[in-house]
Amino acid sequence: MSIAALSAELRNNRKDDVITDAENRSQGNMWVIFMIAFFAFCVWQLYAYGDKILPEAASAHGPAIDNLFYTTLALITVVFILTHIVLVYQTYKHAGKNGKRATYFAHSNKLELIWTVIPAVVLTGLIAYGLTVWNDVIYPGDKQASVIELYSKQFDWTARYAGKDNTLGRSDFRTIGEGNDLGLIEDSKSDDDVIVKGEFHLVKGEPVQFKFRSRDVIHSAFMPHFRAQMNCVPGMETMFEFTPTITTKEMREKLNNPKFNYVLMCNKICGASHFNMQMDIIVESKEEHNKWIAEQKTWAQTKAAATQTASINEQPNTTATSDK
Amino acid sequence: MSAMDPNNTHSEHEVQILHSAHDHSHGHDHAHDHDEEHEHHDTFITKYIFTQDHKMIAKQFLLTAVLMGVIAMLMSVVFRLQLAWPGKSFPILEPILGKWAPGGVLDPNFYLALVTIHGTIMVFFVLTGGLSGTFSNLLIPLQIGARDMASGFLNMLSFWFFAASSIVMLFSVTIESGPASGGWTIYPPLSALEQAMPGSGLGMTLWLVSMSLFIVSSLLGSLNYIVTIINLRTKGMSMTRLPLTIWAFLVTAMLGVLSFPVLFAAVLLLIFDRSFGTSFYLSDIYIGGQALEHNGGSPILYEHLFWFLGHPEVYIVLLPALGITSEVIATNARKPIFGYRAMIASILGIAFLSFIVWGHHMFITGMNPFLGSVFVFTTLLIAIPSAVKAFNYITTLWKGNLQFTPAMLFAIGLVSFFITGGVTGLILGDSALDINLHDTYFVVAHFHLVMGSAAIFGMFAGVYHWFPKMFGRLMNKKLGFAHFWLTFAGAYGVFFPMHFLGLAGVPRRYYTFTEFPIFNDLVDINVLITWFAIISAVSQIIFLFNFFFSIFKGQRSSQNPWKSNTLEWTTPVEHIHGNWPGEIPEVHRWAYDYSKPDREEDFVSQITPLTEKEIAEGAH
Repeated sequence: MSIAALSAELRNNRKDDVITDAENRSQGNMWVIFMIAFFAFCVWQLYAYGDKILPEAASAHGPAIDNLFYTTLALITVVFILTHIVLVYQTYKHAGKNGKRATYFAHSNKLELIWTVIPAVVLTGLIAYGLTVWNDVIYPGDKQASVIELYSKQFDWTARYAGKDNTLGRSDFRTIGEGNDLGLIEDSKSDDDVIVKGEFHLVKGEPVQFKFRSRDVIHSAFMPHFRAQMNCVPGMETMFEFTPTITTKEMREKLNNPKFNYVLMCNKICGASHFNMQMDIIVESKEEHNKWIAEQKTWAQTKAAATQTASINEQPNTTATSDK
Repeated sequence: MSAMDPNNTHSEHEVQILHSAHDHSHGHDHAHDHDEEHEHHDTFITKYIFTQDHKMIAKQFLLTAVLMGVIAMLMSVVFRLQLAWPGKSFPILEPILGKWAPGGVLDPNFYLALVTIHGTIMVFFVLTGGLSGTFSNLLIPLQIGARDMASGFLNMLSFWFFAASSIVMLFSVTIESGPASGGWTIYPPLSALEQAMPGSGLGMTLWLVSMSLFIVSSLLGSLNYIVTIINLRTKGMSMTRLPLTIWAFLVTAMLGVLSFPVLFAAVLLLIFDRSFGTSFYLSDIYIGGQALEHNGGSPILYEHLFWFLGHPEVYIVLLPALGITSEVIATNARKPIFGYRAMIASILGIAFLSFIVWGHHMFITGMNPFLGSVFVFTTLLIAIPSAVKAFNYITTLWKGNLQFTPAMLFAIGLVSFFITGGVTGLILGDSALDINLHDTYFVVAHFHLVMGSAAIFGMFAGVYHWFPKMFGRLMNKKLGFAHFWLTFAGAYGVFFPMHFLGLAGVPRRYYTFTEFPIFNDLVDINVLITWFAIISAVSQIIFLFNFFFSIFKGQRSSQNPWKSNTLEWTTPVEHIHGNWPGEIPEVHRWAYDYSKPDREEDFVSQITPLTEKEIAEGAH
């Protein structure tokens, strides 16, 4: 026998490079302790923050999404807990011992069939349920929705109401400029459009169809209380439709928070101030809304006022030119 | 052994292939006989730097990945500080980050840069290059019984392209205008237009250059892995006798070969849009006070191309970790892996499905909603093979004789993460639920558990398990225990609470949440998360110490310290070119005959011939 082989055999008999029984036992116990602590941590988190997740849905389709969510959550929580209990039980129960022998158990068609078929069946149900909700959300009813454009740019939002004709006037990004932030072009349909910033108002119980545009990069219009989100993509128009169901006032009372506001935020990384690209949303009754919208200027009025200001501003300019 | 040995035609074939691959560097067949290893005249450069030996290349990948991982982890600690204590001054930051942290407060642009580079490094450099690069290189030749990779030269190039891309990526962090900052997915137009953010200038150019080099590296590596596994298996090593590690590496390499070229196309078109005035992704843009000439393109095209790689990429990251876990769990449970064929089938199933689910990243991008429905269907199907894998791991533990080596702990930890992170995929893959959770912290929680933590635990399991094979020494087990439990607790502490943030509607990639009163009740979660992140980061010092100390001073390993069946443990502890001093052993059985009845030992090496009784019982 060569020296190399001999020394290899000696080293093979060394005990200190394997895990000892005591270590196996303590690590096996550690799994149990850890898992209890982890479950306790999860329960504490749920207790501390459970009421802050999924704020009450304020749109007609919201509860359907929430039900789907809670159904799925219940399912996966059961899977999560059961599999972890079984996992940790194995580590505890079968922690290694010298002289013990594992059971040679290489496969079982029956078991494998069971845990292929059961997930497949459950998932089929989940897929069917999910797609039903998706279809209801994406293809809402026939009821005529009022159209609002949400226009995004670094780093703010503008809302444009389609006005009495419920049709947005056309736009072209090449015409964007002073006094024409949205790049509207000459189009009689835009005369009654109303453009607002800072906050926009919706009517409780009336469907609204949002059309999204972006001026520069991709933004995402995220309105978490309404379970609504859609990307705003330069070069194309995207849409999302929903019906608000709870007014801001009602929600403030429910939450006992007089300062509460629904909010539209940007949820696609868009640059340095991405974290503060927001607009308040006010949901109100039809009467309140009519009053509010009547106070806003239509595009025709805005244009007329701008022309007037421009002509006033032009006079000193003319003088200056004649001075030359 | 003689390469001309007529009784061993298979080996002869391998040796010839290897011979030609090594011709220019060695000029002789180092597999020729036992003593010839001593006649090698490797210089420092050919041995440690421009080496073509797969074992050394594996170590090069590993060390690079460790370095990159440490940098990316430190980046995450910096942005976690900002998220927990927004606007607070951390004087230590200013000397390190300079103008990016004036007065010790992180700059919003640099916050985005850190998030972006953290993601890029972790996904590509640590969990793709690092994980596959290390373990595919180390284990493929050793476990299939080959003397080296099919092409040692391409393998060397693969590492050096990887190194070059790492250097470019790190260099980009240091430039005046800052590195790429548009998120690791670098969606145009944000990434295409310098006017949109400072990071989209030179930083983005360097990112694109770095990723192009990375893709070259990945393709060279992957092609090599595939060719080696298909062609260089030793006599008797049929596909159904391969350890699951090799199956995982094979399928991973195939995914890489099929999907990385698509990312390259995406990157190339973006380079065109940025530098040569094309409009693949750009249209109708007014920025910086002017309307751009670009017209007719669509950012959605980029998203399709990116995620056509991006989703398989998740499995490129995860499958090797799962393969390593299969091997480590079977060895340390002293049991055959349960359902070997089902494991192979699920790897193949996951791989196939991974190519037809990319649209679930795009439910709310404006993609046709009907298309969304199709992607919901395919996405949720992935849960089936995934469930099979999880159940099979657990069943492998059942009635085992579990040896809790640090590798085993990390492998079981992976199973836990894989379940916890995986189940939330059922929520995010459901388009109706994605409406409200897209791009929130729920997503961050999901993927950091299921692909981040799980994959890095697979990598740790691999490092602890094959450290003796790499360095001939063992890592300290007590430090390994401490490292595992602290990291395990830390990772759950960081990522589990993020689910709550996401469900409350908190978006990811926000510099601060203070601008939104609705999140006021939740911000203390961020303090908790940051503390856990700090714990996790600090506990990696234990690992780093153990790793580097053990390389030089660790306990010397025996030839087969874990009493494993696979071929790599039949090679001598000291590395030699060609791996086996004599003939390459012939394989007679699968890799998982642990605790086989009628055997004295609780393991049976793959090179042990089948007994007549076993043959009669139908073993093969």
